[in-house]
Amino acid sequence: MSATSLLASGTDVGAEIVFWVCATLCVIGALGMLLSRKPVHSALFVALTMINLAILYVALQAPFLGMVQIIVYTGAVMMLFVFVMMIVGVDASDSLIETIRGQRWAAIILVLAFAGLLIGAIVNGLSGVPEPSLEAANSQYGGNLQGIAKIIFTDYIVAFEVTSALLIIAALGAMLLAHRERHTPKPTQEQRSIARFARYAATGELPGNLPPAGTYARHNAIDTPALAPDGSVVPESVPGPLQERGNVRPVDVAAEVEVDEISEGHTVVTVDDDEAGEQR
Amino acid sequence: MNLTQTFASVVASSQIDANNIEPTVNNPAVATGAFSYMWLLLALPLLGAALLLIGGKRTDKWGPYFAIAMSCGAFVVGAIMYLKMLGLPANDRPVNLHIWDWVIVGRFQAPLGMQLDQLSIVFVLLITFVGSLIHIYSLGYMKHDPEKRKFFAYLNLFVAAMLLLVTADSYLLLYVGWEGVGLASYLLIGFWMYKPTAATAAKKAFVVNRVGDVGLSIAIMLMFVTFGSVTFPGVLNNAAEGNPTTMTWIGLMLLLAACGKSAQFPLQSWLLDAMEGPTPVSALIHAATMVTAGVYLIVRSGPIFDATPTARTVVMIVGAITLMFGAIIGCAKDDIKKALAGSTMSQIGYMILAAGLGPVGYVFAIFHLVTHGFFKANMFLGAGSVMHGMNDQLDMRRFGALRKVMVITFITFSCGWLAIMGVPPFAGFYSKDKIIEAAFGVNWIVGAVALLGAGITAFYMTRLWTMTFTGKSRWTEDNKHPHESSSVMWIPMAILAFLSVVAGFMLAGAIETWLAPVTGFEETELAVSSLVMEAASLALVIIGATIAYLQYRRDVPLVAPQHVSPLTVAARHDLYGDAFNEEVFMRPGQWLTRSLVFFDNRGIDGLVNGIAAALGGLSGRMRRIQTGFARSYALSMLGGAVLVIAALILVRT
Amino acid sequence: MSTTHYLVLSAILFSLGVLGVLVRRNALIVFMCVEMMLNASNLAFVAFAQQNGNLYGQTIAFFVMVVAAAEVVVGLAIIVTIYRTRRSASVDEPSLLKY
Repeated sequence: MSATSLLASGTDVGAEIVFWVCATLCVIGALGMLLSRKPVHSALFVALTMINLAILYVALQAPFLGMVQIIVYTGAVMMLFVFVMMIVGVDASDSLIETIRGQRWAAIILVLAFAGLLIGAIVNGLSGVPEPSLEAANSQYGGNLQGIAKIIFTDYIVAFEVTSALLIIAALGAMLLAHRERHTPKPTQEQRSIARFARYAATGELPGNLPPAGTYARHNAIDTPALAPDGSVVPESVPGPLQERGNVRPVDVAAEVEVDEISEGHTVVTVDDDEAGEQR
Repeated sequence: MNLTQTFASVVASSQIDANNIEPTVNNPAVATGAFSYMWLLLALPLLGAALLLIGGKRTDKWGPYFAIAMSCGAFVVGAIMYLKMLGLPANDRPVNLHIWDWVIVGRFQAPLGMQLDQLSIVFVLLITFVGSLIHIYSLGYMKHDPEKRKFFAYLNLFVAAMLLLVTADSYLLLYVGWEGVGLASYLLIGFWMYKPTAATAAKKAFVVNRVGDVGLSIAIMLMFVTFGSVTFPGVLNNAAEGNPTTMTWIGLMLLLAACGKSAQFPLQSWLLDAMEGPTPVSALIHAATMVTAGVYLIVRSGPIFDATPTARTVVMIVGAITLMFGAIIGCAKDDIKKALAGSTMSQIGYMILAAGLGPVGYVFAIFHLVTHGFFKANMFLGAGSVMHGMNDQLDMRRFGALRKVMVITFITFSCGWLAIMGVPPFAGFYSKDKIIEAAFGVNWIVGAVALLGAGITAFYMTRLWTMTFTGKSRWTEDNKHPHESSSVMWIPMAILAFLSVVAGFMLAGAIETWLAPVTGFEETELAVSSLVMEAASLALVIIGATIAYLQYRRDVPLVAPQHVSPLTVAARHDLYGDAFNEEVFMRPGQWLTRSLVFFDNRGIDGLVNGIAAALGGLSGRMRRIQTGFARSYALSMLGGAVLVIAALILVRT
Repeated sequence: MSTTHYLVLSAILFSLGVLGVLVRRNALIVFMCVEMMLNASNLAFVAFAQQNGNLYGQTIAFFVMVVAAAEVVVGLAIIVTIYRTRRSASVDEPSLLKY
């Protein structure tokens, strides 16, 4: 199908190319969402699909909706997903083994049947229908946005009010659900101070503020522990989750040599041989 | 009178000048005057029965006497009715007393009323007279029985039911009496209910009777459908116009009923077992009265049988078969009462045979019925007296030489014996010979059978008489001193013996004139004169009696011999009547019941239980769909959605 | 492009979303598949809006987006709560309503 023949047939080549590219990317995004093992990869594929859908909306003469799609859906909703993934655990991945017998095969067959029925119905129903255009509607009130606004605030005003109530309720609901109830009273500052000094007396733990990550260390990455003024590693400077997962980078004494050399003005090329064997 | 003159008078009286009489149309007048008290006939015995049964033990002392009084009272009432009837001209004698409107439902009108005419008054007199005598006899016979009050109550109940049967004015009311006597028979046969044989015999009698009762109810139903009425005038006056097939069926059903009640072939099996009851019961019910109800039914339904020669022929054949049956069975029985029962079966066969001959034989059937009532009741009472004296011994092989010890019983029994054989001038001669003549007039084969039967009757009755009263004594150890019965027992026997002697020649011509207006009468036309007939039957009687006397007068083995002819073996087993019933009806019935039970248990229960089990199993398997996984549920939701979409698409295209 | 193409694309995306809901076990991924289904239906609405020549389809798609956002908020809050109590985010975990 060459461009000239397409032009000669009178169809809008640009729209065609846009459609086919975006459609393909949409489907790839959907498949990727389906088949990824890690949830973060799934989220990224979904975002791909949504952006392509936004482009398709614009191609369908719905520019306002396309923008809203990017801002609300991709921007807000997918980011919410990513936040929760961080809480739940980025490493959690599904095993490939299906626990329910026959579920996978039955699902594939049924979904194929479903898709086949739908596509068959669509193709049969909409054949021989004239090409549409939204020019008239879009320019009736001086633009797509104005047209939509007219409809929302006159025909669907009640739906609009109800939806706003829904939003409020949703926000309240989310707050309620995510709220962690304290079972014991929150310790006051005085109580915390007393406890801190009690710990110092018992274990020698320094009662002062902990240094932030990377203090006196070569790097201020969150997984590099800070050094105490005397050069010892302060393990508490790395956040708890990272500690538990063992993502703490070791700080070795050789770094101290680097410190000395840099302070003397030499450039240092370091070859680290920490456990991960990675280049810094 | 010398013998020739006696014979001449006999011959003369047997050629009645009644000529052929047509029965009058059944149109009874309304009862007036003394006749309006005819309901007392029913009320008195019923009162006796009710008082004695409901009163209970309080009535033990005076109960039996009260019952006897009631029975005699009924006889007095019957006698008064008879005397009044004598004063009326022949066509005015039937009267009808309407008591109550019983069933009035649209077209079906069955009033409760009594009808007295010449036929029913004969029965009334017979029942009440013989019944009262037996009531008196029972005073002696049942003296030591602690339940004798109940016995008398049942006897009264029987008399009431039998009187209802013969005085009913419609077939429906007759049926009530019919059932009533069946009930009384059951109660009385099973009076000693603690004896298993007696209880079983009572049940057997009732059940076999019931088979006959079905015939009567079907006949009544057919009558209603055909004639629109079940009263005697309604049915019998229109019998000639009935559809022949229907009339044949009515006749056959009535015959079935008569066979049940009168113990005719094929429903004869209960009569011999009915001897388990006390002897007065056997005398009253199974000799004189209840078993004759079938004859009454057939004679009363004469117009119906006149309209259907087929049914009449069947009646005749049944009578002939039964008379031979009873006679053969009677020859082989050692139990005195069973021998007499076989004799009863045979004599009633004679009556049914006569009734089946048509108008030539109706009056003779009733005549023989009356004489038979006298001499058979007499012989049964005599047998009871013998048993009483021999300490309730029944086996004739242990009797012998009783004529010296029980003289009165011997004399009275001998009167009955001579009467039943048909020796002139005793009663049986007149009635039985007339039947034989009439039978020859209709069909020589039937006549020959009747004649032969007379010979066999003589044989077995002589056997019975010889074994019991003559020869050497073969008494058992505990019977060393047999004694005569008390006066309360032998007086009724004597009265009946007297009647056995005189009833024949007293009633000979009169009864035909008396009954003919009701039943109709025709002269018999014989090829040979009646004198030759009488001589022939007398000759056969003498031959039979002589054979029996010679055989049994000396050596009677104490135990029944086993090497006997097949006929004797068959006769000992009641000509395999019971065996036949068992094989043809009981075993298939049992098999049917068992198979139905099997089918019910396996089939129907299996079906129901199987459904329950299937549902349980199905639910047990369907449970597994609930896996608890949300994804399985989502899968089924998708499946449903696919189906809905497919349906929608299919509907649209 | 004709409306048919867009609708076919919508059908494909919807089916893939359904397949994801049925096959994946991680609650978050299942939720994302649900969002995919909502997006597919939005696309269908907008395509039909162009087909019918008025903006009603777009308005409805707009409302769908709003409601979907609210739904995501509440749904994720639920997932977080479940995770806190059960320490697992698998949809196969709560399976006590069984025979």
